[in-house]
Amino acid sequence: MPTESVSTLIRDFNDLEIQDRLSLLLEFSENLPELPKRYQDHPDLLERVEECQSPIYLFVEVNEQKVNLFFSAPPEAPTTRGFASILHSVIDGLSVKETLAVDDDFPAKIGLADAVSPLRMRGMRGMLARIKRQVSEKS
Amino acid sequence: MTLKLDSNPKFTEYANPDVLVSTQWLAENLNHDSIVIVESDEDVLLYEVGHIPGAVKIDWHTDLNDPVTRDYVSAEQFARLLSSKGISRDTTVIIYGDKSNWWASYALWVFKLFGHPDVRLLDGGRDKWIAEGREITKEKPSVSPSEYPVVTRDDSTLRAFRDDVLAHFGNPMIDVRSPEEYSGERLHMPAYPDEGAARGGHIPSAASVPWGKAVAEDGSFKSRAELEKVYLEGAGLKTGDNVIAYCRIGERSSHTWFALNYLLGFENVRNYDGSWTEWGSLVGVPIAKGSEPGIAPAPKR
Repeated sequence: MPTESVSTLIRDFNDLEIQDRLSLLLEFSENLPELPKRYQDHPDLLERVEECQSPIYLFVEVNEQKVNLFFSAPPEAPTTRGFASILHSVIDGLSVKETLAVDDDFPAKIGLADAVSPLRMRGMRGMLARIKRQVSEKS
Repeated sequence: MTLKLDSNPKFTEYANPDVLVSTQWLAENLNHDSIVIVESDEDVLLYEVGHIPGAVKIDWHTDLNDPVTRDYVSAEQFARLLSSKGISRDTTVIIYGDKSNWWASYALWVFKLFGHPDVRLLDGGRDKWIAEGREITKEKPSVSPSEYPVVTRDDSTLRAFRDDVLAHFGNPMIDVRSPEEYSGERLHMPAYPDEGAARGGHIPSAASVPWGKAVAEDGSFKSRAELEKVYLEGAGLKTGDNVIAYCRIGERSSHTWFALNYLLGFENVRNYDGSWTEWGSLVGVPIAKGSEPGIAPAPKR
C-alpha cells in the first residue's frame, strides 16, 4: 500500500507556511527510493520525463494489477526528486484502477505552486501523465 | 579592510576584469565583511541541499519576478528583498549558481537594472566550487537586515522590449537558444518544459550562437581570445555594435549579455527578456524558419 493518501498529502502541504512546504518537499526529495540494481543496469528501459527541467527517468511495473514505480534523478535536482518522491508515496502499491483514478490535477492542489512557481510544477504533471500512460499500456 | 580585486591573469584580459572572481579568491575572502554571497539556481531547492558557507538564496522566479505582472519586482520590492538579505548599496555582491551560472547571470542582470554598483559572478559557479572539493554547508546564515534604498529600475539601457526589437532591425541580434529552437523544429530546449509559444523559429537576421559557446568545459567563461573567436569571427559582431540578445525567457541570454558586455566590452548590449515566449506568440511580427538567419525587415521606429 502507498505510504500516504492523496487527500492526506494535500492537507499536509496546505497546512504549512510556504517556506515549510519547501522543507517538506526537500524531505521527500531525500527519501526518494534508490533505483534497484535491475534498472540501474538497464537505463534503456526507463522513460525520460521531458516536461521536467532536470533529467529524470521513470519506469512503471504492473504485477498482478499492482503498480510499482521506479525513478532515477540526480541529487543536483532536488525539486524534481521531490516531485517523484511525492508521486511514489501516493501511487506505489495502488491497483491499476486506483492509479488511473488519481486526480490529474493533484499536483496543482498541494500548494507548491506558490513556493516553487507554477512553471516548475509542470514537471510533476508530466510525470503523473506518463505514469498513467505506462500503467494503461502495461495492464 | 578594503577588498582586493582578483588578479587572476585570465580576468585581466577581459574588458572589465572586476566583474568575475575565482573560486580561490572567494575561498580567501569568504568572511570579508563587505561582501554578501548570493546563490541563484534553476532548481529552487538546490541551495537547501548545501551552499557556500555564508551564502544567502535569491530565487529568480519567486524573488525577482513580480507574482502577478510579467515583469521584474518593483523598486520597493527589490529594496525589501535586498534588505532582508543583508545587502546594502555599497555591498560587494558575489553571485553564483547551477548550470554554469545561467540564473546567476540573470540575477546579476536584474541587480544591474536597479543599478547596484558592485555585483560579480563566481567564475564556474556552483559546480566548479563543488568539483574542487570546497566547503559547502546546509546552515543558513543569520542575516541582520540592512538599509537598502528604493532605486527606480532603469529599463532603457540593458533591457530591450518588443518595440525596441522591431526598431533594432538592421543591427545585430544573437539568438542563444539551441539550434533546434532556432530553426523552429522545437519550441523549447531539448528535454525542457514547453513554456508556450505559438510559433517556432527565430527573429529574422538574428545569428545563432548557443549560450554554451561562451563556456569552457569546467563551466567557467572562456578566455577573451576564445570569446572573440565565437562572437567576432563566428557571429560577425564588430566593436561598437549595438546588440540585442534573446533566448526563451531571458535567462540564457543574460549569460551571453554578461559575456558581451563585461568580458568583450560591448557598450550597447541589451537583453530582450520577453524573448521567444513573447515573440513567438506576438501577432503579426516577422519570423524566420530554418538554420539561416534570414533578412532583416525594415526597422519600425
